[in-house]
Amino acid sequence: MSLKKKIETASITRRSFLRWGAAVGSSAAASHKLLGAFRRRDPNHALVEAAPPAEERMIRVGCPSHNCGGRCLLRVHVRDGVIVRIDTDDRPGDTVADPQLRACVRGRAYRKRQYHRDRLQFPMKRVGKRGEGKFERVSWDEALDRIAAEFERIKKAYGNQAFYVPYGTGSYNQINGRQTAQRLMNLYGGSLGFYNSYSWAAISAATPYVYGTGVTGNQRQDWLNSKYILMWGWNPAEMRDGTNTEFFVQKAREKGARVVCIDPRMTLSAVSLADEWIPIRPGTDAAMMSAMAWVMVTEKLHDAAFIKTHCVGFDGTQMPAGAEGAESYLDYLLGTRDGTPKTPAWAEAVTGVPRETIARIAREYATMKPGVLYQGYGMQRRAYGEQPVRAGCVLAAITGNVGVPGGWASGIALQAPDGGPFWLVFPTGPNPVKALIPSFLWTEAVLRGTRMGPADGVRGAERLDTDIKCIWAVACNALINQHSNINRTAGILADEKKVEFLLVQDNFLTPTGRFADILLPVCTQFETWGLEDGWKYGDEVILMPKVVEPPFETKSDYRICAEIAARLGFEQAYTEGRTERDWVAWSLDRYRRTRFPGVPTLDEFERSNAGVYSVPVTEPAVAFADFRRDPAKHPLPTPSGKIEIFSKALHDMNNPAEIPAVPKYIQEWESPFGPEAAKYPLSAIGHHYLSRVHSTMEGVDWLEEAFPQRLFINPLDAEPRKLANGDLVKVWNDRGACVVPCRLTRRIMPGVVALPQGAWWTPDKDGVDRRGSINVLTSDRWTPLAFGNAQHTIMVQVARAEKS
Amino acid sequence: MVTQYAFFFDAAACSGCKACQVACKDRNDLGPGTLWRRVYEVTGGGWEKKGQVWVPSVIAYNVSMACNHCENPVCGAACPVKAIWKREDGIVFVDTDLCIGCRYCEWACPYTALRFHAATNTVSKCDFCYDAVDAGKPPACVAACPRRALDFGDLADLRKKYGDLRHIHPLPDPEQTGPALVLRPHRDAARAAERGAEVANWEEV
Repeated sequence: MSLKKKIETASITRRSFLRWGAAVGSSAAASHKLLGAFRRRDPNHALVEAAPPAEERMIRVGCPSHNCGGRCLLRVHVRDGVIVRIDTDDRPGDTVADPQLRACVRGRAYRKRQYHRDRLQFPMKRVGKRGEGKFERVSWDEALDRIAAEFERIKKAYGNQAFYVPYGTGSYNQINGRQTAQRLMNLYGGSLGFYNSYSWAAISAATPYVYGTGVTGNQRQDWLNSKYILMWGWNPAEMRDGTNTEFFVQKAREKGARVVCIDPRMTLSAVSLADEWIPIRPGTDAAMMSAMAWVMVTEKLHDAAFIKTHCVGFDGTQMPAGAEGAESYLDYLLGTRDGTPKTPAWAEAVTGVPRETIARIAREYATMKPGVLYQGYGMQRRAYGEQPVRAGCVLAAITGNVGVPGGWASGIALQAPDGGPFWLVFPTGPNPVKALIPSFLWTEAVLRGTRMGPADGVRGAERLDTDIKCIWAVACNALINQHSNINRTAGILADEKKVEFLLVQDNFLTPTGRFADILLPVCTQFETWGLEDGWKYGDEVILMPKVVEPPFETKSDYRICAEIAARLGFEQAYTEGRTERDWVAWSLDRYRRTRFPGVPTLDEFERSNAGVYSVPVTEPAVAFADFRRDPAKHPLPTPSGKIEIFSKALHDMNNPAEIPAVPKYIQEWESPFGPEAAKYPLSAIGHHYLSRVHSTMEGVDWLEEAFPQRLFINPLDAEPRKLANGDLVKVWNDRGACVVPCRLTRRIMPGVVALPQGAWWTPDKDGVDRRGSINVLTSDRWTPLAFGNAQHTIMVQVARAEKS
Repeated sequence: MVTQYAFFFDAAACSGCKACQVACKDRNDLGPGTLWRRVYEVTGGGWEKKGQVWVPSVIAYNVSMACNHCENPVCGAACPVKAIWKREDGIVFVDTDLCIGCRYCEWACPYTALRFHAATNTVSKCDFCYDAVDAGKPPACVAACPRRALDFGDLADLRKKYGDLRHIHPLPDPEQTGPALVLRPHRDAARAAERGAEVANWEEV
């Protein structure tokens, strides 16, 4: 144990100990201390007596790659084949251009996940009803034979479109995770595909309607050139959004930038990065943005010259052909057509933000230039999530903050100049099935796939050939836990006539795993080979060597797929003769040919134990700099070649109530202003929480201790409900209920409660979740343009609960 | 020659992410319930209705704290069996072999640095990662901070580098124990007392 080593390696023989009330140094008692009797008892473990220390190796390795928003470097200490300690990047220098990739609290707690007693050990088959969670151990041969037989049966009966490998983000280390299954499926004739994600469906769809691309972000070091940073629903201290993103904002602020955070919660980011926190009612961001634009326009603070040369649709003078008479953005702001000027007074009633604050922030952002309006993704996982995305982009455009150092174009902000990190390097190959569904609509494809077409967001087909009949969930807890409306989804999956075969691979028995027909135990990312690059931002490649052996009967996702492929007759095509490590070498070669010409070979990389190859950013790229300089020579990839404040493409969709051609505030389908508020008066949001990565790392005691699961509620809302801090509360609406302790906090807006997303669904005998899994409350309705999840748009009621 | 090791803590930079707390637990194999370093959430102010909207005067910041290895360690003075020691570089240690679990030290320490564990009937606390420091490396918490809000060194050097502030609301009066601590205040610290700020997360620390 490390204590012993600590004592032995410490140079205490050169020290003397000063004992209270005793003479210094030379007493017999002090000498006794020097001879090693000074031992510290670990309060939770028996004292370990002296034994020769085993050799300890330190390996630099990428932190297991989940969908956490970071990609960090760990130093893993291994003794006798066991990880005994984890620390983080300690490269000398630690400059803004090339900072250390220090891990967050979750990476630091990883040992507790790695050696968790609940890890899956053996393949299992379901023995009870589906979803009941009753399993029996089987051999790998029995499990794999059954899988191959089910695949063959389903392929013959329904064709390849009946297979679905859903969105799942539990493992992104390239050679482990869902992409390994997708490669197999693609070689097997394909499977129903999907597009977009649960993270940023609306922002990835809406941003290109303004800019023609998602590559709207500067490299982050450029924030040090900014005078003003508006963190709008953006919380990098809790969801990271790139390792070191919060650190760069901190550096920008230290350099003099004023930082303002707009969020219903006074987040860790608001506390530690911002000069001012402005609470806003969830789902009303587009109203405040519109009122800010109204202030800028009426006070002539907008950049009229830039609008004239670089934008279309701002006013009646620059409407696109075919839409000359349509409502311009200025028309909307002034209320020319709808009779409602979007004044700060109007927005105050909607947003809960005082009118003078709205006007002041508008003036600050329009005059303290260059400035950044950074849009967080929470506000776009909402009913009309496309609207605040486009409204934010338009504010950046009309203030002329596009294409300049220190500015920021807003939108999804993939990193300039090339879109940033790769996301997927491991080759899945082409999918012979061309039909794609929006990732969030998979339950629809189970229920009514053959009736789904473009009106439901289907691409690549006029109609689906079949409903989904086989789901293969790899590193995916999004079937139950992270998908909306758990009670509905559970009912769909429990019906064995709909999804006929459900295969789940994971490290733990997740709520999704409970519905498996066959459940396979997967090793962790420390137990196989992988690699990763930056998360959205960053210019580094991080190696993930295998540091310990897979325990029990666990295997890597890649190995499992290879063995299924063998039973289906195409193992060689699947593996191309490569091991996991060989694929890492292959991937490094691909990086070397593309973004990272200087990246070492795998052998060099491994020998150096460097862990990371990084490219310092000394001159951060600025998105749209060329367009800014010469819009005629460097037009945007939009239909007009300019920034589309008004989108003719959206106009032509002819659904102005839900998909307006200029960004608008639209009252959400569940809202404090709707009739539903009488029954469910509180807006509920499910923010990211540092105890988990979505649902990954649930049950890690160090993290639960640091960030317990609970409902955050303002004392003003707790008082009429007679709630005291720590009371057990029931949270419910028409879709479901959960029971969870409450935490009274002044750091949330009155009328809003927050229940951290990702807690594992734990229904009691009455179907009430006892863990605080927010998706028992969320709605399966999707956003109009992107067909994206709108999971944060929910209203609930809260009352004191009885202990069960 | 270090005469008094000390921590620096930047309250303006700390987000409250607790990477320091967990890095400490990993290095020292501390189970749940034993927090040699922990992060206090300090919250004050409130909400006032102005017209149709609620307007906050809420303030909040974090204080990450381990043992302050005080110049005058009252924990040691309170220990009846002399189980608490101060090394000549200022690091204060608890010898759990000698500890009888009377908890007087825990009672004496105004920073709640001493942590009692019922199963072993002993207290324990931060030892400044003395072996790492002896080897020229930073303590685990300092090396962990994603915001670079922690630093360590000789108290005199830290004061030269960061100033001599060693109190922010609602920490106890530093005159009691002479904490080896240098602080940079959060912007809200100046308004904390008038807005009734207090520790809001006792259940976590």
